[in-house]
Amino acid sequence: MSITEERPAAVIGTSMLRREDPALLTGEAKFTNDLNIPGALYLAALRSPYAHAKILSVDVSAALALPGVVAAYSGADLASLWAAPMPCAWPVTADMKNPPHYPVAIDKACYVGDAVAVVLAKDDRIAHDAIELINVEYEPLPAVIDLEDALSDRVVIHADAGTNKAYTWDLKCESHEGAVDEAFAAATYTVRERYIQQRLLPMFMEPRACASVPQPFGGDVTLYSATQIPHILKVMAALTLGIPEQQVRVVAPAVGGGFGGKLNVYAEELLCVALSRKHAVPVRWNEERSENSMSTIHGRGQIQSIELAADANGKLTAVRVRIIGDMGAYLQLVTPGVPLLGAFLYAGVYDIPTAYDFSCTSVFTTMTPTDAYRGAGRPEATYAIERAMDALAAQVGVDPMEIRRRNFIRKEQFPYTAFSGLTYDSGDHQAAADKAAEMIDYTGLRARQAAQNVEGSTKRLGIGVSSYFEMCGLAPSRVLASLNYSAGGWEAATVRILATNKVQVVTGSTPHGQGHETSWSMIVADKLGVAPEDVDVLHSDTALSPLGLDTYGSRSLVVGGVAIDMACDRVIDKARKIAAHQLEAAPEDVEFIGGTFSVKGSPDRSTPLAAVAFAAFTAHDLPEGVEPNLEAHVTYDPPNFSWPFGTHICVVEVDTETGAVDLQQYVAVDDCGNQINPLIVNGQVHGGVVQGIAQALFEIASFDENGNLLNGSLAEYMVPAACDVPPVTTGHTITPSPTNALGVKGIGEAGTIGAAPCVINAVVDALSGLGVTDVEMPASPMRVWNTINRAKAAAAATNNGGNS
Amino acid sequence: MEVTITVNGVAHTNDVEPRTLLVHHVRENLGLTGTNVGCDTSSCGACTLHLDGEAVKSCTILAVQADGHRVDTIESLATDGVLHPMQQAFMENHGLQCGYCTPGMVMAAIGLLDENPNPTEEEVRYGLEGNLCRCTGYHNIVKSVLAAAAATNGAPA
Repeated sequence: MSITEERPAAVIGTSMLRREDPALLTGEAKFTNDLNIPGALYLAALRSPYAHAKILSVDVSAALALPGVVAAYSGADLASLWAAPMPCAWPVTADMKNPPHYPVAIDKACYVGDAVAVVLAKDDRIAHDAIELINVEYEPLPAVIDLEDALSDRVVIHADAGTNKAYTWDLKCESHEGAVDEAFAAATYTVRERYIQQRLLPMFMEPRACASVPQPFGGDVTLYSATQIPHILKVMAALTLGIPEQQVRVVAPAVGGGFGGKLNVYAEELLCVALSRKHAVPVRWNEERSENSMSTIHGRGQIQSIELAADANGKLTAVRVRIIGDMGAYLQLVTPGVPLLGAFLYAGVYDIPTAYDFSCTSVFTTMTPTDAYRGAGRPEATYAIERAMDALAAQVGVDPMEIRRRNFIRKEQFPYTAFSGLTYDSGDHQAAADKAAEMIDYTGLRARQAAQNVEGSTKRLGIGVSSYFEMCGLAPSRVLASLNYSAGGWEAATVRILATNKVQVVTGSTPHGQGHETSWSMIVADKLGVAPEDVDVLHSDTALSPLGLDTYGSRSLVVGGVAIDMACDRVIDKARKIAAHQLEAAPEDVEFIGGTFSVKGSPDRSTPLAAVAFAAFTAHDLPEGVEPNLEAHVTYDPPNFSWPFGTHICVVEVDTETGAVDLQQYVAVDDCGNQINPLIVNGQVHGGVVQGIAQALFEIASFDENGNLLNGSLAEYMVPAACDVPPVTTGHTITPSPTNALGVKGIGEAGTIGAAPCVINAVVDALSGLGVTDVEMPASPMRVWNTINRAKAAAAATNNGGNS
Repeated sequence: MEVTITVNGVAHTNDVEPRTLLVHHVRENLGLTGTNVGCDTSSCGACTLHLDGEAVKSCTILAVQADGHRVDTIESLATDGVLHPMQQAFMENHGLQCGYCTPGMVMAAIGLLDENPNPTEEEVRYGLEGNLCRCTGYHNIVKSVLAAAAATNGAPA
């Protein structure tokens, strides 16, 4: 029997069940608010009922008098606790305005939900009773909720900034000066569209929670938080509170979803740490859902203007984009950078000349700060280009699939240097589009549509297509530097083989539902020839895993997973020296296959990894200069972004009498390169697609003119339920990434990026025979119905125009 | 007020404030933290457990209303280290990601099959309308429930 035949079956590529599941399925897993922390005081925050108001006075005396209340503070009372304002890590321009933002507002509240006072009490209910006894005197000021109104500076929110404009950031790429203008002047077809990216609420199912446990005599503090970013939070808490970094430990226990909403440094986290140190007792906070909708960041919030120029064949010749970004009241951790993450993608998956002109102006408003939400900038960009491509198809008079075919970057053009200078490492857009079309029977659907959407039909069929690039795996540090981001984009991994040949993996990525423990164990199992269940994955605790940049931007596998793969290689190299010593061979003559070292050409001269691991542990007989451990640490900085792509196609039936949209079929073909675990990949696509569908059809954070969020509870904010969405049929093409040894690409945000334009393209397609050219998101029945009636009225006016 | 509730087969007598919700009683007084709280409007279903064998949202019930009744939580399902068929179906079909909605979803799904042992896909989707999930897009949750129904009915899953 040869060594090769003894290799354990590869686990990469199999749908291995998740090791995380039993604890989650039985209630054994501990989320932050499940932790038993003896003696903890509960924090509750009184939040401003005004979107914009001066704080004239704060009287906490009645709250303090309530039995069980330990302390109550106004923002002014706490001002001395902060070494620095709350952090914004992305000063996108040198002149960006970043008004100081403190965990509790000091003299002015700038959104409904801005904390104005806090209470510490022995029990959560008492704390909430107490905040109702705090008396705050406000002088209301006008709210600013419209982005164009904000830009006018009619009401300046932050007086010291002198303007509501936070920054203007440009990305103009021209082969020669004037190339964009020339392309538009020479174009046969031009498209000019305006789209609204409505504000969304992340609505992860586990509300935020945190608990800070100080050790005043031990000199340190442990913060437990429902966060995506324990490592970043550790650094930022140290800086903001003036605590030496080595004295701060952050632990993210089981975390119930994030979607970017837990990618932040929040006031309550800093308050718990500061007040737990001040009072020398643990302090904890549990977010209520209705509070979450005000105090957790919102997503999206943009007005987009996109212009396309195309030649007589409908081939794109230039793209021009103007964005107004809604920052909300303050800049949170990466608020200003979100539009930049989309800035490179407004030409989508299409081959354009170097004629691209993007500019984003971002403004402050008196609403909850925005920040990253699943896709962060890229769903917005993809929406604009994919909607505009359908508008172009309509002008040219070709099918949406055909306009895409004419413009796709072709397979043979990869690696493709884009107008921006970025290199798209790999892709085959036509293959993904063809596969999606075949899966859904695109040709048959078009025939069905032609038969159904006849004059007078009230149930109109629409077919929507969208093709996307995810641009993820954040990110090459040098690129982040060029975008003025304050940190790098690397990830750390340690692989450690224990004495008994069991393996510990330490990762800096921090799962909150993605199944990292399962996937990382699969990578290591194949590399080291061990069983996946013999691999333990340590994460989400800065004491266990001191180095890391956490999980967001579909980076965990393509940065963190690749780091683990590399660390395995280094461990094998270390072990090889010991094995060679045992086998009395030169290290270069020793090969490692399936968990066994053997001398090349002499498979009988072999030693299993287990023997090498034990030899490293005993250290009785190691070669000269070899340390007694089998451990390797890698910090990997990716050389490029990751470029997953795909095409989604869906079918809707729109009832023109009620405006109801029935989403009947959804096919997603995604290419994320090699798949470690297809079960998990498909799960990411399913969930991502439904979040995109939710933006297209259901969700919007609605504000009244006074800046009140009108639908902040789950009774009002329309997170879709099972009966609101169809099954998602997934398919894949596989174009391995040439950028990393695993050949993998990200997948976490792909579904969300592809879905919203796909659905709206279908709705517009259904109604195109009625003169409808756009439907604003979310395409609720009322909105669709109004849109149809407006189109009918416009058509009637045009017809009557000749007679009047 | 004193209440005696049989939780997971054991009678517990406690003194509770009249305003205490059943979910808070179970989590805080009895230490059974598997039942989660996801909202404050009885919308999300994360706190679903069984009251006298019927799936209910435990944030809609006061602890005092459960006095003298039987409550079963997610912690009661697996026995001797073996998952309940519904839990097993969720695991095999990747019906969970972050797992926060999962205990409530599983308890609701068991309640659904108790009432309708052989549901169609559409019946599962409407039957779970009161339980929200943000991770899975429901695709694999529906698949899990149908698989559990098939397994329970002896049909191939």
